[in-house]
Amino acid sequence: MTTINYISAVTQALEEEMERDEGVFVLGEDVGARGGVFRATEGLYERFGEERVLDTPLAESAIAGVGIGAAMYGMRPVAEMQFADFIFPAVNQIVSEAAKIRYRSNNDWEVPLTIRAPYGGGIHGALYHSQSVEAMFSSIPGLKVVIPSTPYDVKGLLKAAIRDNDPVLFFEHKKAYRLIKGEVPEGDDYTVPIGKADVKREGDDVTVITYGLCVHFALQAAEKLQEEGISTHILDLRTIYPMDRTGVVEAARRTGKVLLVTEDTKEGSVLNEAAAAIAEECLFDLDSPIERLAAPDVPAMPYAPPLEKTFMMNEDKVESAIRELAHF
Amino acid sequence: MNKEITMPKLGESVTEGTLTRWLVSPGDLVNKYEPIAEVDTDKVNAEVPSSYTGTMSELVASENDTVQVGDLIAYIETDSAPKEDDKRQTSANHEKPQVENQEDHSLKKRYSPAVLALSQKHNIDLEQISGSGRGGRITRKDVEKEIASASDRSTLTELGQQLKPAVAETEKKAQPEDDIIPVTGVRKAIASNMSKSKQEIPHAWTMVEVDVTNIVRYRDQVKDEFRENEGIPLTFMPFFMQAVASGLKKYPELNATWQGDRIVRKKAIHLSMAIATEEALYVPVIQHADEKNLRGMARSLSTLADKTRKGQLNSDDMQGGTFTLNNTGSFGSVQSMPIINPPQAAILSVESIVKRPVVKEDDMIAIRHMVNLCLSLDHRVLDGLICGRFLAYVKDQLENFNGERSGI
Repeated sequence: MTTINYISAVTQALEEEMERDEGVFVLGEDVGARGGVFRATEGLYERFGEERVLDTPLAESAIAGVGIGAAMYGMRPVAEMQFADFIFPAVNQIVSEAAKIRYRSNNDWEVPLTIRAPYGGGIHGALYHSQSVEAMFSSIPGLKVVIPSTPYDVKGLLKAAIRDNDPVLFFEHKKAYRLIKGEVPEGDDYTVPIGKADVKREGDDVTVITYGLCVHFALQAAEKLQEEGISTHILDLRTIYPMDRTGVVEAARRTGKVLLVTEDTKEGSVLNEAAAAIAEECLFDLDSPIERLAAPDVPAMPYAPPLEKTFMMNEDKVESAIRELAHF
Repeated sequence: MNKEITMPKLGESVTEGTLTRWLVSPGDLVNKYEPIAEVDTDKVNAEVPSSYTGTMSELVASENDTVQVGDLIAYIETDSAPKEDDKRQTSANHEKPQVENQEDHSLKKRYSPAVLALSQKHNIDLEQISGSGRGGRITRKDVEKEIASASDRSTLTELGQQLKPAVAETEKKAQPEDDIIPVTGVRKAIASNMSKSKQEIPHAWTMVEVDVTNIVRYRDQVKDEFRENEGIPLTFMPFFMQAVASGLKKYPELNATWQGDRIVRKKAIHLSMAIATEEALYVPVIQHADEKNLRGMARSLSTLADKTRKGQLNSDDMQGGTFTLNNTGSFGSVQSMPIINPPQAAILSVESIVKRPVVKEDDMIAIRHMVNLCLSLDHRVLDGLICGRFLAYVKDQLENFNGERSGI
C-alpha cells in the first residue's frame, strides 16, 4: 500500500488504463502539454504522445461529441470537462446521444465513454467554478453517475468506468484533489464496482448517507461525536445514479435515523432518491423523520468568503445535524 | 432609597419560618450580610442576613410571627441608587429553577413506526418503558434494549419450564387407593396467585409479640352486652383491624402496590381479610377501614364472614384491597410466614392469643395474654426499618388499648 492523494489516483488510473488498452485515450481542454489545469493528466502527453492525449478547442459539445463518435467506433475515450460548471453545452450530446444510443439502436451500438469533470466548492471559485451538477444527470436512464470520495475509490471506480461499455459521468471534487489522501494498493490492478455503495464507518445511533467530499465531513463529525457516546453509521453512495437502493435501505435499517448530506442545493438533489427509497422500503424501521442537510436553494456558491462558508457544507454542520437526530 | 428585606429561603423545602428575635432596631446601621433577625423553621434555626448596607427604617414583622418565604419583614434605607443589573439578576434567579425542574414528557407517547412495529412484534407494553429521546420520546433503541432484557427473562422462565416436567412426572404417579382431586376454580386461582407471588416477590419476614391483656379483659367485660345489642359476636379481630388501619394511616409506605417501574402509595385504606372456608381461602375487602370504629369493624367483618360462608361474595366485595390481614390464630397457629396478596406490599398474620409467663418491669413475672403478629413484606417496595416502625406502632396501639377512649 502507498498513500497518495485524490488527484494522483486519477492520474494513476488513466495511466494504467492507457497502458493496458490501446483504445483508451484522453481529450479535453489543456489536458496535453499543460497536463490539465489541475494536473490530472500530468505526464500522459509525454508518455503516450499527442495522438492519445488530445488538446481540444473550448467547445464542450465537441469534446463530448468527439468522445461519443470515437466510442461508437470502438475506442474507450476519457473526455475531460475542465470544470463541471462548463458541461452544460455538452448536455444535448450526453443526454440525447450517449445515454440513448444502445436503446435507440436495439443494442447494435454502444458508447463506452467516460466523462471526467471536477465539481464542488469551498475553493473561492464562485459561480462558475463551484457547482454540483450531478442532479442534472441523475434521472437519465442510460447514464451512470459516479462520485468517489477516497483515492482508493477514485482509482478503482475510474478504471471500472473506463472498462464499462456504457457512458459514465465521473465527478471529482476539486477541493479533495490535494486535500484527501489515502492508501491505494501498489501495482494491483483492481476495480471498484459501479452501482455499489460502501459503508465507510459502522455505528448504531444515526445513519449518514452521503457522497463525495461530504463523506469526509461526516467521518470527522462521527469521530468527534464518538466521544459523546454517539455512534454514527456512514454510507458512501459512490455511484449516484443508478443508486444502490439495497445498500441505502440496509444502512437506513441499521439505525432507523437517517441523515442525508449533500453539498448541492436541497430541492431536487440526488438525496431525494435515497429518501424515497427508504420511505418506500423500510417505513417500519424508521425511528425519526428522514433529514436532509444541504445547501440553501440559491442560484450559486457565493464568492464572498463568509457567504461561501455559510453556503458550503462543513464538518460542524454535519456534526450538529447528527447530534440533533441522535437525541431525537 | 428604601429597600425591602424579605424572608429568605432557608432550605430546600422550607416554606415558612417563625421570626423569634429581632437583632436590630429601627435606626440601626447594618452592613450587607450582617444578621438582623433569628428565625426558626421546621428544619433549621438560622439568622437572616441583611441584603443591603444601610439604616433599618422599619421592622414589619413582629417577634414570634410566622412568615412565609418571600414575605416582607423589614425596610432598610440604603444610600446608593439601585443598580439595574442587581435587580435583573435577582428576578432572573427567582424564575429560572422552576422552569428547569419541569421535565419534558411531551413526546412520551409519540411513537415512531419502528417503535410501534417492534413493540407489537415482541408484545412490549410501551407504557412501561421510559424514553431516552427528546421530550421523553421512546426511541427504537429503548425498545430494542427492552426486548433484549425481556429475552434474558424468558430464557430464565424457559429454564424453569424445562425443570418442571420432571417434577410433574413424579407427582402424577398416584397409587390406586389415592384420591385424585382435579384443580379447578378457586383452588386453581389460589394456586396460580400464590405461586406467582412467591416466585416474583422477594418476601421478607418479621414478627413482634404483643401483650393484649388489656384487650382480652375489655372484651370479656363487653362481649355479652355487645352480642345482645348488636346481634353479632365481638371477636378479637376488630381490635387488630383498628390498630392496623391506624398504623397504615401513619405509615402509608406499607399501604402500597408494586407496579413494575413505580410504587404507588394508596391514599385509601382497604383491608383485605383472609377468611377460610373448608375448601378455600377468600380475601374479601373492608373498604375505608380507617374510617370505621370498633363497632363498624365488627359489623363489616361479620357481614363479610357471613357472605363468605354462604358463598355470596360478589366481585365488588373482593376488589381494591391495599393490605391483607390474616387470622391464623383462629386455628391455633402461633407463628406463620404469610404469602403476600399481590399487588399489595405486605400482609400481617394475627396468631393465637396465648397465656404466657412474661417478665415485666422490675423483673416481676406475670401471666399475660400474648399474641404474635407476623408480617411478610415485599422487599422491592419496603425495607425492614419502616416495617419495624409500623409494627412497633401497632404493638403500642394494642398494648395501650383503652376501652373508655376507643372501645365500642
